[in-house]
Parts: sequence; structure tokens; C-alpha cells
Amino acid sequence: MQYIDEYRDKEKIISLSNRIRFESHKPMRIMEVCGGHTMAIQRFGIPTLLPDHIQLISGPGCPVCVTDRAYIDKAIAYSRLPEVIIATYGDLIRVPGSTSTLDREKASGADIRIVFSILDALTLAKKNRKKKVVFLGIGFETTAPGSAAGIIKAQMAGLFNFYVLSAHKIMPPPMAALIDQGVKIDGYIGPGHVSTVTGSSMFEFIPEKYKLGVVISGFEPLDILQSIYMLVLQHERNDPSVEIQYSRVVKPEGNPKALELLDEVFELRDDWWRGLGVLTLSGMGIRSKYEEFDAEKMISVDVEPTREDKGCICGSILKGVSTPSDCKLFGKVCTPSDPVGACMVSNEGTCAAFFRYKKH
Amino acid sequence: MCLSIPAKIESIEGDMAVCSVGGVTSNASLQMLDLNDIQIGDFVLLHTGFALQKISPEEAEATLALFEEYESFNEMLDVEERETGTRIV
Ligand code: SF4
Repeated sequence: MQYIDEYRDKEKIISLSNRIRFESHKPMRIMEVCGGHTMAIQRFGIPTLLPDHIQLISGPGCPVCVTDRAYIDKAIAYSRLPEVIIATYGDLIRVPGSTSTLDREKASGADIRIVFSILDALTLAKKNRKKKVVFLGIGFETTAPGSAAGIIKAQMAGLFNFYVLSAHKIMPPPMAALIDQGVKIDGYIGPGHVSTVTGSSMFEFIPEKYKLGVVISGFEPLDILQSIYMLVLQHERNDPSVEIQYSRVVKPEGNPKALELLDEVFELRDDWWRGLGVLTLSGMGIRSKYEEFDAEKMISVDVEPTREDKGCICGSILKGVSTPSDCKLFGKVCTPSDPVGACMVSNEGTCAAFFRYKKH
Repeated sequence: MCLSIPAKIESIEGDMAVCSVGGVTSNASLQMLDLNDIQIGDFVLLHTGFALQKISPEEAEATLALFEEYESFNEMLDVEERETGTRIV
């Protein structure tokens, strides 16, 4: 397939791996902060292509994984209201809440529909005027513009039975928080799809303030290896900066139209991240001028008190201080078909990626 | 969920397009792109029903050219290793 196969060429992978070995002398810990990268790194066996002194660690880049359990509990509470239809991306449906999952609620009769796009959720609202359609808006800057576009479309179409429950988040605050909280990192593989929307300048504070490099990377094996190579060169030369490896898609200025949509509909608020806690101005709430589409403001519901699972160490995995093999439940009690924690549910979750591509 | 894939534009109507990804077609909103800059046959990055960016063929070529460079560097190392009988990497 075009724009895929040519980035998976075996010969080129080997030569790039050799080139990295040739240039790299200092030990390095490189973190990827995008779930798509976590998955690709495990799938293509990238760690085996690197010298032993380069360690790859996964960060808080899987939107499902960092989402608050209280959010899932709230979605479950909504799903129990007879007038509500929940529209959600498939990833969320099996994420454990405190006592249930959306999947279980669906089996016991709740109206929960899996959609691929918020546009499908709008169609649902149009066809079910007597119901309230609640769309579960999770994801980073990549996904949030779609939610913004959906809300604006709903307003234009007069679809006042359409609501978004926003848990949208932005990427820079956790990248800063990890370093502030003392996690040892020598460079970031920057999130390719987030940057498609935001551009590269929002990461400039990382080399400036923390003296760490950021290379915004594509998702094929050659992309990831080349990004690592660029980080190695920066590290060897003590010259951290923000670079774009994924230049076929990411422009320095990002996507102005998508950024406009974000700014029109959302405003930043403090938000909770699994593993990192509450981070200042890291989440996106719906602005009051669009509050008639804000599920939190328009539909009140009682939510059960949140209970976390004992034994799940998802939080420290998302911070890059533990790996799934440090978890006693991994692969035994907790598997993709019967997940205990969020990191095992989404394909992009570190536990799920390790399970699928490594230790069966 | 964060999966975003290169999709080829098959047809355009207003700000909606039909795109194909490895033979499977799906609808995509083009509202986040500059419509004057988009043609049938272009590749875009598709995410949850929205095209987020047009993929630049020139930039893709430039990246691929770099990979060629690494390959020739590698061949050079191979030759040197053979001639000197020492392992470099
Ligand atoms: S293996 Fe399961 S229980 Fe253990 S950290 Fe991962 S998600 Fe949590």
C-alpha cells in the first residue's frame, strides 16, 4: 500500500539500525507518548533493532488508558437512563468502571452504539429525536477537532438532543509533568497525529526548559527508527531541539482549521490523568456558549463512588517507571479478553501491546 | 482509536469525500482541509471520519531518499569491515 510498504523495507530497516549503532555511544532512555507508537514499536520489534544502551519506554499516550475511572462510571450512569443512547468509539466499551463496563450494560439492555466518527453519532441524534444521544468524547488534539466540528454541526442542524461528554486532553502538560515528577528521559518521540493538528511549535518549551529533544515521528518502522536516529544525533551532540521526521504529514504550523475549531468550542481546564494526577490546564471542557451540547451541564445523573482496582499498576506504567511484566496480574488474571485495567483494553495500551506482540 | 491511516480520495462532493484504504471505502469530511488544494487521487490522513491533512508526495519522497542514503552508508561500512577485517557496528 502506498505510504506504508515503502516504510517497511527490510534492507533499509537493517541499514538504519546499523547507522544508529554506529552513531550512538551514550546511554539513552527514549519515551514515546503516543499509543500508536507503543503499538508499532512492539509490533515491529523495534527494541531488538537498537543497541542495548538505548531503552524505549512508553508514556501516557493512550487516551483510553489515561481516562479517569470516574468518567467511565459517569458514562455507565448515563447509559442507565432510559432516554439516553450512548455513542462511543469501540475502545471504551470494555474499559472497567468501578463495578461494571459499558459492554455489560449493553448486554443488560442499555442502548449503546459503537461509532467510527462523531458524524455517525449526529445521524443517530437525527433519527432518534425523542432520545438524548450522548457521545463519549475522548482523545487528544487529534480527535478533539472532530468533536468540535460535531458540536458546531449539531448547532447548525438544530440537533438539541445531541450531547458530548468531554474527556478530551492535550499532550504538552503530561510531557512536562513526567520530567517534573522525576522520570528519567533523554528524549521524546513526539506524537505524530497530535502534531498533525497542533504543529511542532507547542513542543519548543521542552528543549528550552528541560534540554530534551523531541522528534515528531511517523508510525511505520522506518519512521520510528529514523526518529530514534535523529534523537541519538541530538543527544550525542548535546543539541536538543524539536524536529519533524513525519514531514509528509506534519507541518510546523499544524492544521489551522482544526485549531480554530478547537478554540471555538473548547477551553482548557484542569484534568486528571491516570498515573500523573491532576494536571493544570490539561483537559478540554466545552465552552459555555455551547453548553446546551455539554452532557455534564445538561443531563444530571447520580454516579457511584469510584473504586480503583487493587493490584493494577497501570498508573506507573503510564509514567514509564514500570513495565507490564512488573505487574503480577499481567497475562494471568489480566488479559485482553478479560482486562483488569485500562492499559490492557485499548490496542494502544502498553499492556495490550506487550501481550499481543511479546509474551503469549 | 488513535489509528489514523493514509487514504486515497476517490470522489468529492461538497466537503465530503469517499476515500479508499487498501480497497475498503469510507466517507470522510474534508472540512478541515483547504478544498482548493485537494484533488481526486490525493492521499489524506484519515482519523475518526475527518481528513486531518493532505499527505505531501514531495516530503514523502525526501524521506525515502534519506533511507537510500543510510543504505549506501551501510554498504560503505560493509566494504570497510571486509577490507579491514574488523567489526564496526
Ligand atoms: S496487566 Fe492489567 S492489571 Fe496489570 S497493569 Fe496492566 S492493565 Fe493493570
